[in-house]
Amino acid sequence: MAPVVELRDVDLVYVTGREAVLALEGMNLAVAPGEFISLVGPSGCGKTTLLSLIAGLIPPSSGEVLLHGRPVVGPSPEVGYMLQQDYLFPWRSILGNAQLGLELTGRLNNETMDFVLELLDGMGLADTAKLHPNQLSGGMRQRVALVRTLATNPDLLLLDEPFSALDYQTKLQLEDLVVDTLKQRKKTGVLVTHDLSEAIAVSDRVIVLAAKPGRIKGIFDIPDNIARTQPFFARKETGFNELFHEIWRELEDSDGKEG
Amino acid sequence: MERSNSKMSVGERELWLHEKWKQHRLQKRRTKFWVLTVQTLMLLSFIVLWELAGRMKWIDVLIFSYPSKVGAQIIRDVTSGELWPHLAMTVGEVAVGFLLGTLLGTLLAVLIWWSPFLSKVLDPYMVVFNSMPKVALGPIFIVLFGAGFTAIVMTTLSITVIITTLVVYNSFNEVDSNLIKVIATFGGKRRDVFTKAILPASFPTIISTLKVNVGMAWVGVIVGEFLVAKIGLGYLIVYGFQVFNFTLVLSSLVIIAVVATGMYQLVVYVERKLVRER
Repeated sequence: MAPVVELRDVDLVYVTGREAVLALEGMNLAVAPGEFISLVGPSGCGKTTLLSLIAGLIPPSSGEVLLHGRPVVGPSPEVGYMLQQDYLFPWRSILGNAQLGLELTGRLNNETMDFVLELLDGMGLADTAKLHPNQLSGGMRQRVALVRTLATNPDLLLLDEPFSALDYQTKLQLEDLVVDTLKQRKKTGVLVTHDLSEAIAVSDRVIVLAAKPGRIKGIFDIPDNIARTQPFFARKETGFNELFHEIWRELEDSDGKEG
Repeated sequence: MERSNSKMSVGERELWLHEKWKQHRLQKRRTKFWVLTVQTLMLLSFIVLWELAGRMKWIDVLIFSYPSKVGAQIIRDVTSGELWPHLAMTVGEVAVGFLLGTLLGTLLAVLIWWSPFLSKVLDPYMVVFNSMPKVALGPIFIVLFGAGFTAIVMTTLSITVIITTLVVYNSFNEVDSNLIKVIATFGGKRRDVFTKAILPASFPTIISTLKVNVGMAWVGVIVGEFLVAKIGLGYLIVYGFQVFNFTLVLSSLVIIAVVATGMYQLVVYVERKLVRER
């Protein structure tokens, strides 16, 4: 199947007042439809930069970023982006926040509104539609952010450590919710995370990046028994620990010179 | 002595909690009462002492007057209707000065936010203009706009606009960049960033500059009236000073204090209404 997103020999130069730094070098990556991949690596390996490239927020310095075979020239409604925190707009109601993307893409109508309400309902947020973000818990807020991302009906979701600001219990619940939602709706997912066990539990493939310049260090396919199981239970599957340690060693290698 | 919680029935515990709450409320009320009492006593003793000092000739009555004289003056001005044109003119100037100042200042802030280039170009001018005492421009405004309403409002604007611009522009820049990123991920343009993130996020700051600008506007208006006016509370002060009628000066001051406080409270009320609704 043709990949949803593809990077071909992508380099990215990051220019500051003092110097120009090579942030990403020779990136080649293809994500198949319905696949869920995770990017792990030390800080400074360009994980978030990679997501920004795919989202069309920044152009590559050389090489190509393709979405459904077409070069990415800017943000597209086919791509949804979830940030580290919910970043809900405090002055908007939950419903107002959830429909922000539709407003911005000029697609707010009765049909899409119903879709938003249905999404809110599906995440147990139906009663909160009229409330404001400060009245919700962290987990609920991040669920609203998920609804906001899904509302524009993207087929590719970019998740930039969306669980990192949550407490452990909420994080586990949300992992399950996100993975279920993506699988149910047949979406493709790219997750950036610091948490290796999370990466293994939620994805079909784990990509290990090295830093300075950011590049791919290793790719690990997650065995079916782990990939097909809900994240919460995946951590108990056979082979999980072995895989964890294998990837861990790879990470340590790439992490070695840091600090 | 308090009994241990575990031995109480549900009803007893409710009662006990209610008792705690009542104690807390009583304590709060007591504090409030005493604050109010001391405040009132301070004001009353100041007035009484001033009155006494005036009547006993401890102070020069010609210069310092005393409360009953000032009060009589105010009542005379009010009943004869002489006060109203002065009051209306001054309040009008203040209102126009501070509303227009906030509006123009905000618009200027929007303009320089929109164009980072313009912002860089204007920066040194803003710094200089902000540092200088703007009322010093008064004479220039009088020459430009004639001795009257316009010159006074311009003097006021010179004070309110720049500070508003700086404060509001700052608040534009302090908006969480991640909210802007959210807009960007949906393909929003700079206009969307402004209307959906920057402006609503800065709204409380803009409203609170109204509060600052009320005070600023009073400074501008009174100074402006000192310079040129033939009508207004500032004019009454200067006139009273020139004819050595300090009762008139002090009564104008009292009226200014009352009206300025009233306006400030009105803005605070509006602010609370507008900001709470969000």
